[in-house]
Amino acid sequence: MSAETALTALPGLRAGSPQVMGAFRIVPLLREGAPGDLRIGKEAYDAYGVVRLDGLQEQPGLSYMSYVPHGLVIAHTHDGSEATLGATLGKDKPRRVKLHHRMVKARAAEGGNARFRMLPLHLAMEGFLALHFRGPDILWQEYSEQAARRGLDPRRETSVRGAWLSGFEDAVRLFEIHEHQVGVLVFVAEALATVFVVSHPDDYRKLHLSLLEDFFGELLYTYALLYPESPRAEARIDPRAVRDLDHLAREMDRVRTDWRHYAELLSQGLFGRPSRAETVRDLGAFTLQRFYPDFDPREECHIGEQILRRDGTVEYMKTFRLSHAQVRRAYLLEKLAAAEWDLDRAMVLLGAATKAELMKRIANAGFGYLLKPHLLRGLPVEPGAP
Amino acid sequence: MTLSAIQASRARQDRVAQEDLLLFVNACFACTGQREFYGDGHGQRVSLDFLHRYILGNYRALYAQVLALGVNHMNQALIVTNLLATGRDTQAEHRARENALVTRALHTLPTHRAMHLLEDLAKRGVNSRRARAITKRYLEDLRSRDFRAVKYRRSFRRAAVHAHVPFAGELAPFLLRGWKERRFATPLFESFRQAHFAASAIYDLPFTVAEGLAQKHGVRREVFLERIGPKLTHHERLRLSGAREAAGVAADVDWSRQPLVRIASYALSLSLAEREKRKAELAGAFEASAARAIRRTAARFGRVACVLDRSFSSYGSSEKRQRPLSVALAVAHFLRAAADSFVGLWTHPLAPGGELMVTPRGATDLATPILAALRHEPDLLVVVSDGFDNDPQGLAGQVLEAGARLLPRCFMLHLNPVYDSEAFAPKALSPAVPTLGLRDAEDVPTLLSIARFAAENGSLVELSRELDARVRAFLDGAS
Repeated sequence: MSAETALTALPGLRAGSPQVMGAFRIVPLLREGAPGDLRIGKEAYDAYGVVRLDGLQEQPGLSYMSYVPHGLVIAHTHDGSEATLGATLGKDKPRRVKLHHRMVKARAAEGGNARFRMLPLHLAMEGFLALHFRGPDILWQEYSEQAARRGLDPRRETSVRGAWLSGFEDAVRLFEIHEHQVGVLVFVAEALATVFVVSHPDDYRKLHLSLLEDFFGELLYTYALLYPESPRAEARIDPRAVRDLDHLAREMDRVRTDWRHYAELLSQGLFGRPSRAETVRDLGAFTLQRFYPDFDPREECHIGEQILRRDGTVEYMKTFRLSHAQVRRAYLLEKLAAAEWDLDRAMVLLGAATKAELMKRIANAGFGYLLKPHLLRGLPVEPGAP
Repeated sequence: MTLSAIQASRARQDRVAQEDLLLFVNACFACTGQREFYGDGHGQRVSLDFLHRYILGNYRALYAQVLALGVNHMNQALIVTNLLATGRDTQAEHRARENALVTRALHTLPTHRAMHLLEDLAKRGVNSRRARAITKRYLEDLRSRDFRAVKYRRSFRRAAVHAHVPFAGELAPFLLRGWKERRFATPLFESFRQAHFAASAIYDLPFTVAEGLAQKHGVRREVFLERIGPKLTHHERLRLSGAREAAGVAADVDWSRQPLVRIASYALSLSLAEREKRKAELAGAFEASAARAIRRTAARFGRVACVLDRSFSSYGSSEKRQRPLSVALAVAHFLRAAADSFVGLWTHPLAPGGELMVTPRGATDLATPILAALRHEPDLLVVVSDGFDNDPQGLAGQVLEAGARLLPRCFMLHLNPVYDSEAFAPKALSPAVPTLGLRDAEDVPTLLSIARFAAENGSLVELSRELDARVRAFLDGAS
């Protein structure tokens, strides 16, 4: 373990050797000497949650609704001293619907620790759902009354609980947590499913099983079913070519480095692509951000959230791999917005042959309610047909 | 077919038989049909059951001889049951030896195993003349007949009725009327009767029987644990030591009588603070037990390096709690006592406080400690691990292979306390290094001789000779 090559995308962290269980390849992320000035704990709700979003001015009374199994409580200090989570963590009584106020909500500070509560991954998902949520700015004649009044409301996406991914429960249970482990990269059939990083190894140990409560795209659900065995990958030494014990030691280091490179290669879809970050909260020494990629239907797209230290070290990260349909929807909305919702211009941007084809695509993407119903009724069955 | 072709075919058959037998013996050392870290209990039982049927069907004589090799009690009992259940397949020339083996095995099994075995025969409806004769001989053993009738009353009665064993002496009133009989002349039976009416009589009974009656009479636990002391078996004494100490009674465990793995299991069941407090006592226990084991096995090794797996998977399962870790700890103690020079390397550095403070933690990085062990240039390198190495995957086997080339004088052996139900064997690290199932630390010398045999590609004839010698030793112990 002498060759210390950091994962280029996650400065300060080092990828360990993957552990394979069925369709899942789980790569531990290691960090030695975590300072401990940002601690993350879990708060269990296990209830359907309604989150009142007060942030958007033009949309009063807007709510985000989803099953919210748990929230994260984050404690941090400004002077770099050790943060403590204190006694505020507790399990609420189970209830049918739990009302939350905002995605990120400050808690009372205690003994120099600033604290706040956030709903993990829902923060990123809310940002994703809110993209171009207001709908058309200019009321072109094709748009329906609902589009004019309420925009994209209601906008919804579906996802799958981690525990429902076939074999994920076993993979998480049998995973052997490293001593300095602060995170994981989870691959399903070699497709990056999620990145989960916290700041401190002790916190990770406690939050490891919460991976099962996170949500995943339908794509990964399908992958886990279709590929019960992960593709075989091997980095090996040739026992016959080894000259002496020192040579053997060097070869062992090379194998470990190979595995690290393999993890980096597989996670290129997230780290190798440009993304836009939006700061949600400034915490002084840290910033809480959510990020989105360019929504390109040909590429894999991950949305996520992260807490960065001033020097760029990732102290918290959680990502969600979008399904193809979700990427297509985001792509469509983005192009429509870029064309100021003018269907003629959007037609060119999206490469559609006719307006009818574009409208068909909008309807197929699940946004039919934006268009006037009589237009939809007249559409040909096949998208390419006149 | 020419003569040489026949010989070649015979040689191939022998080779297959030998491999099958080694596979089976391996499984019988490691598998107990209970849940493991990576495999569930059902899978283990199905897999083991298949192996038993396969070997029984193809190599019946060898199957019976496995009883003499010291495989675990669960498998011994299963072998005996299977042999008795298929008695008509026994060939005439093997009958006498098979009977001797079955009888001897039944008498050397712990009593509870044997009684449950006899009960299983009744449940499976095995009622051949041989099964009846063997049951009769076991139950009528005068030295322990009354004791067994009291301690295992239900099993005893069921087995006796099934095998038509006459209720001799006072067995009839005892088994049929029990405590409702007016008076028994047999002291133990009389105590049993009295104990149903008077709390003072329960202390003459075996612990397991007395415990229920103490509850019935409302005897306080502390009083009961103190007064039942003389009746406890060694294992019960160990198991109850915590409860007895909490009740203010000295635990009074005879450590030298306990096998190493049991001491290790006990030590690992204690909290870290408790282990720290009783460090000296536990170290003494390990030493006494190891010394006794070495006297008994007359094992002596030269320079030994031992790589021990303490990764999270050595936790085992809730059924076999920390079993792989206990076995590793026990092997370390055994080899340390038996070797001229010993170095023990764990997959993950130990906490201050040494081996006694070991906990199942971290990933399985076997390659690094194996390399460190090779640097000591040992004569014998033993790896104790469940075979799932994942930091990185498969590297340990390649390092072992390379090590075998670099240090040809060093004998390498992988001991695995965990049975992998899908492979029908304990999971191997590398095909170049023999992997053997492991039950007790005291078995290491036996396993080492098996491994050397496998490594030298000994013929089936030699194997049979070796087996023969062991069978004779096993049967001669019969007295």
